Amino acid sequence: MSIDTSKVATSNSSAAVAKKPGRAGVVANWADERLGLGTAMKKNLRKVFPDHWSFMLGEIALWSFVVLLLSGVFLTLWFNPSMGEIHYEGSYDQLRGVAMSESMASTLDISFDVRGGLLMRQMHHWAAMLFIASMMIHLLRVFFTGAHRKPREMNWVIGCLLLILGTLEGFTGYSLPDDLLSGTGVRAADGFMKSIPVVGTYLSFFLFGGEFPGDAIIPRLYMIHILLIPGLLLALIAAHMLLLVYHKHTQWPGPGRTEQNVVGFPMLPVYAAKAGGFFFIVFGVCALMGGLLTINPVWKYGPYDPTKVTAGSQPDWYMGWPDGALRIMPGWESEFWGTTWSWNVFLPIIVLPGLMFTILLLLPFLEAWVTGDKREHHLLQRPRNAPTRTALMVALMTFYGLMWAAGGNDIIAIKLHLSINQITYFMRAAVFIGPVIAFMITRRWCISLQRQDNEKLLHGYETGVIMRSPEGGYSERHLPLDTAKAYAVTARDRDEASYVPVGTDGVDPNGVPAPTGRGSKLRGRLQTLWFADNIQKPTAAELEEAHHHAEHEAHGELEGVSADGHQFDGHHAVEGETLRGDH
Amino acid sequence: MTDARDHESHENDPHEGGSSQNLPDSPAGSAGAVPESAEPIPDPGLPAHVWRPTDVDEAQEKRAERQVAGLFGLSAVCVVLFLVAYFTLDIGDNHDTVAGLGASTVALGTTFGLALLLIGVGIIQWARKLMGDHEISELRHPARSSDEDREATLAALNAGLEESGIGRRPLVRNSLLGAVGLLGLPAIVLLRDLGPLPGDVQEDQEYPGAGLERTVWTKGMRVVRDVVGTPIRAADLEIGDLVNAVPEAFFEVDGEGEHLIEGIELQIAKSKAAVIIVRMEPDEIIVGEGRDNWAVDGVLCYSKICTHVGCPISLYERTTHHVLCPCHQSTFDLADSARVVFGPAARALPQLPLAVDDEGYLVAQSDFTEPVGPSYWERG
Ligand code: HEM
Ligand code: FES
Repeated sequence: MSIDTSKVATSNSSAAVAKKPGRAGVVANWADERLGLGTAMKKNLRKVFPDHWSFMLGEIALWSFVVLLLSGVFLTLWFNPSMGEIHYEGSYDQLRGVAMSESMASTLDISFDVRGGLLMRQMHHWAAMLFIASMMIHLLRVFFTGAHRKPREMNWVIGCLLLILGTLEGFTGYSLPDDLLSGTGVRAADGFMKSIPVVGTYLSFFLFGGEFPGDAIIPRLYMIHILLIPGLLLALIAAHMLLLVYHKHTQWPGPGRTEQNVVGFPMLPVYAAKAGGFFFIVFGVCALMGGLLTINPVWKYGPYDPTKVTAGSQPDWYMGWPDGALRIMPGWESEFWGTTWSWNVFLPIIVLPGLMFTILLLLPFLEAWVTGDKREHHLLQRPRNAPTRTALMVALMTFYGLMWAAGGNDIIAIKLHLSINQITYFMRAAVFIGPVIAFMITRRWCISLQRQDNEKLLHGYETGVIMRSPEGGYSERHLPLDTAKAYAVTARDRDEASYVPVGTDGVDPNGVPAPTGRGSKLRGRLQTLWFADNIQKPTAAELEEAHHHAEHEAHGELEGVSADGHQFDGHHAVEGETLRGDH
Repeated sequence: MTDARDHESHENDPHEGGSSQNLPDSPAGSAGAVPESAEPIPDPGLPAHVWRPTDVDEAQEKRAERQVAGLFGLSAVCVVLFLVAYFTLDIGDNHDTVAGLGASTVALGTTFGLALLLIGVGIIQWARKLMGDHEISELRHPARSSDEDREATLAALNAGLEESGIGRRPLVRNSLLGAVGLLGLPAIVLLRDLGPLPGDVQEDQEYPGAGLERTVWTKGMRVVRDVVGTPIRAADLEIGDLVNAVPEAFFEVDGEGEHLIEGIELQIAKSKAAVIIVRMEPDEIIVGEGRDNWAVDGVLCYSKICTHVGCPISLYERTTHHVLCPCHQSTFDLADSARVVFGPAARALPQLPLAVDDEGYLVAQSDFTEPVGPSYWERG
């Protein structure tokens, strides 16, 4: 394509025009002489950020956190975190005269007597949903593409901490209005704490300032919700971003995109504009949701009363999976020497989430231990090219999903007309078997996708053009991938380059081999499992051979009969080519 | 650094964690066992920049400019509408006029949301159409510091440690460590007054029924209907009825008409003393050990607080005498001492022994004979 570049508009000219220092220059000089911004920003202003839709997920989390900060501060102006009892006298008729805590009454005031208050409450709650959901999906993206590998393990750890703190933040916020639904949640949390061996009762009495519900829990949760956890979140998010900038973002492999470089748009102006614009979009979506979609209508539940409960009590969705574990757990409890061990509560709600979180936190380290891979990685992997890793995460997701479904066993029972007992027995087995099946299916699926990639590289992609041979046989015309695509598909490690066989590593700089014990035997076995059956990309020779063969076919048997198919696939310009070909 | 890497010395052990290993040479990381030439397809290099219509066509450029400015302008209009909505639409009484939400909430949310969205879309459109779109490439560097930096840092650290004498003066070091460690104690002890100890609450009895092992039920206290507070006669109940009930103490008032138990104390009392009363055919009841005279004419009384984690149980199926907790579906058989027939709860609901007073109303024989609600360590 020839383009008259003399007409290229100002949009892409970057020639600097020398100017006299204007007012901005004076300000910049003032600031630099005091803060040294010039040096600090020299590199970062044009820092490169690669582009891909999936890199946006973390941004959604970041911006919804900002929306939470803004809407949360608005709510604090009216919210009164007190459990003192008053009689509601606000605008909402149905509850007028009803005794309730001041926190519930002030939540109603925010909803019905402060203009824009309900909007802000609902925005705050929707932004919280968005915050946690986007963190989860972001985490999946990172793991499925291998972005958790060296040198980014610490950012994985920080991300996991953000997720758990975000969940706690959501739970504390949800409990603040002291309505019937959230009060039921707090009641359950009291039961959870009491199930902890030795210290449980004390924990409960200390947190509640005495017996449940006491008068201290809401003010304490409030402090945790607006000061303690937001502070921690802010610090961790800052660390997350700093590390991101230090490591530079990962990128997808492609022409010119290697392990040694990072290709994309500069921070200023394009990335800053896109990210900044995206902030307004997330903010705007939260505002629209807050204005149009009801969430947590506490006035319908009424104030908390320990003798009442709404049917179908459900926590916010992100608390659903431990709730499911709690539901399908058999009612085990033991007594020893006058002490009570509530396995039925302690195991599913305290031990299991802790265990799952620990596993999540350790995933990058477990993977690196199994593979022995100590190299830095900056190119992302397609999930199919790490079949065991992908399958592992899908197994964890299946576990999560089944537990979550178990958390809605009453709803499932009603919707599907099943007995709750059957569902519970089914789930008890499914949470163990389901992940194993998911693991095996995913792994095989990935491997066949790898095979399909090789197929495309060696024999071209399917054009949908059906050929009829002189003998009357039919076959589909295959065409080679274009070079850029083919390169992107092959730009991945061979497995023999991605791990260090047990026994060859651990040779320390002084040449002393590491002892081989039971650990390394286990490692060896896991290593075999990790890479077993993976399909490797073709070698140059194999590719050559395949292409040679294809050419032979095209020019030999089918000479003069075949359209070469390029005319139909739109992959390249066709002017000047004849349909029949003239070779 | 990576350029200068020395293939020879690492040939047999390509993965040893040395500095030059930090960045693989090629995207395929083939520096190890497989030689470079085995890469099936060589890197074609960055694709050439393609000019956008707005780069080469001034009319298009102007159009994009107008588009972006138009989006910003619309956003400003939305802000004006937001202000109009804020000052004209009232809330309070009209909280559900539009879509179940107040007109004000809907209007404010829509205008505010659009104002923000339009700015966002405008900026992104500006970036896509009008800002320079040359991709640039930057070199990466290994995360680790250079060997020189490491050495310099180590040297500085050692010099610092050396000058402090921390290695040479173990007495100073250890006493400092001990002293700082002990500072953890105030940090923990200071939290002691977060709440009273469970045992002390029980002993001090600062409010009626204080303590995990007690409730406000006492011998002879009437069992009254929830909410209305009327006492109940066994004969008032049909076979198959289930009634939510509470101790009469919740409704007692002093001379000035003030409730004796109110506010937080009432919430605490409710969380332990709420009960359910059921009536069934006396021959359907499987009488528990030592509970021979706990029922009155087939009327039984159980704690309403689930022994799992404390939700109030609620759903009663009269044909089976099963009562279900809505939180995690624990199911209790009220005909059989409320033992658990299904679900995660481990304990039967505690039963309140009933009797009748002189006027024929149901009363408690005593407090519950075991703690109600969720299990806890010291419960036994
Ligand atoms: C990651 C951050 C946050 C999450 C996930 C979160 C979540 C929540 C949730 C789910 C609620 C219940 C809302 C409702 O009533 O429907 C809530 C309430 C509340 N939040 Fe947050 N929040 C966060 C940050 C903040 C911050 C930073 C502040 C203040 C500085 C704040 C202040 C409040 C207040 C005052 C309430 C009670 C008002 C009410 O419920 O009407 N929140 N929060
Ligand atoms: S609280 Fe009743 S089943 Fe969990």
